[in-house]
Amino acid sequence: MHWIAAFYRSTVGKKVVMAATGILLFGFVVVHMLGNLQIYQGPEKLNHYAALLRSAPALVWGARIVLGFSVLVHILAAVQLTLRNWGSRPVKYQVRAYQEADYAARTMVWSGPIIAVFVGYHLLHLTLGTAHPDFDPEDVYRNVVIGFQAVPVALTYVVANLLLGFHLYHGLWSLFQTLGLNHPAYNTARRVFAAVFAAVIAAGNVSIPVAVLTGLVK
Amino acid sequence: MKLTLHIWRQKNRSDEGRFVTYELADVDDHMSLLEMLDLLNERLIGKGEEPVAFEHDCREGICGSCGLVINGIAHGKEKGTTVCQLHMRHFADGDVVYIEPFRARAFPVIKDLVVDRSAFDRIVQAGGFVSARTGSAPDGNAVPVAKPVADLAMDAAECIGCGACVAACPNGAAMLFLAAKISHLGLLPQGQPERSARARAMVSRMEYEGFGSCTNYRECEAVCPKRISVNFIARLNRDFMKASLFNETIPAGKAAGGA
Repeated sequence: MHWIAAFYRSTVGKKVVMAATGILLFGFVVVHMLGNLQIYQGPEKLNHYAALLRSAPALVWGARIVLGFSVLVHILAAVQLTLRNWGSRPVKYQVRAYQEADYAARTMVWSGPIIAVFVGYHLLHLTLGTAHPDFDPEDVYRNVVIGFQAVPVALTYVVANLLLGFHLYHGLWSLFQTLGLNHPAYNTARRVFAAVFAAVIAAGNVSIPVAVLTGLVK
Repeated sequence: MKLTLHIWRQKNRSDEGRFVTYELADVDDHMSLLEMLDLLNERLIGKGEEPVAFEHDCREGICGSCGLVINGIAHGKEKGTTVCQLHMRHFADGDVVYIEPFRARAFPVIKDLVVDRSAFDRIVQAGGFVSARTGSAPDGNAVPVAKPVADLAMDAAECIGCGACVAACPNGAAMLFLAAKISHLGLLPQGQPERSARARAMVSRMEYEGFGSCTNYRECEAVCPKRISVNFIARLNRDFMKASLFNETIPAGKAAGGA
């Protein structure tokens, strides 16, 4: 068997693959948020950024292929591991008192698929525009403002990004463990890193629909 | 004190099992939880009923034989103790106590609260050993080991193999057990020759036995009577990655000793 297949076949290997793809997806989420926050600098700035991206199709499509592959592998490994884990205790406990497993960790298996469905909707809404009431591919700023003026849509984005925050809070800490990156010198920093980035990304992304709803961005 | 006990009763491996409720009076503060069960069993035997089967040996917290889930926590709510060292003074008069066996596919119930943990033995057989020459014992300190390394190896070697990590893990994973065994050998010079093969073989055997995977919940660390740190799991992951991706002496797909 090929070495990478042998590695992936193990549970530890699958987790390493999830951590590695998770890092790529985290990187994208950071860049995506920084790009989006340009909405606060006005329509010209945001639309100019969008035009800049469209002028580099090789870069954009390269990123889409890598990210799409990462998403698929991340999900595949998650499904395989989850099915295994669900099968590992056929008779459940009558009483269960969690000691350390926090809300974020216990809901990874639910925040993940909800975020995946949201990403599908988000692409139809603000990338392809098919789920948007009045989509103009040239005017990103206007698409965002009109899109988020619908309260249910804005709330969907808020909830999805809060879940993304929870997902990142566990994932960004967990990936250090999985990749074997453990040392007393930086073990405390791992938790801080996860908490800060989860909070910053959730807050940054949630701020946009909230700003539109409250009329700060129009 | 007087307690209401809900105890898992199961005749044998194929029996479905159910909770049976017992009211137990005159429980002494100084009893351990196992002595409380002894008291219950004496009364059950007096009434001609089948006593509750549970596993125990040293009753000093060092053998790893005992292990029960008390009100949803493996070895009970006191940190760093086995259930034999859990004293009844931590309970109050009138408490309702659920007592369940360690539950995992890989730990089938044999009877009542006794589970078959031989999967752990088979994981150790797969790679949890060192090759040593036979003959007379080597001279003390013939192989130098730095004090901090010896200390860390001892922290891992404290594992008594009770299985509480599996019982507590929402995924039924045995990663903390595995991490302790791999680390205490892998930290020492005597453990180096088999280090790569050991990581591969033990992980492979663990998966074959039907344990789940690690999602870093840290429930295992919280209930471990020896307070083994999940830092050892990171070490296990590191050893496994090195063995799988960077060690050309082990052929791909071959995990020596594993299934």
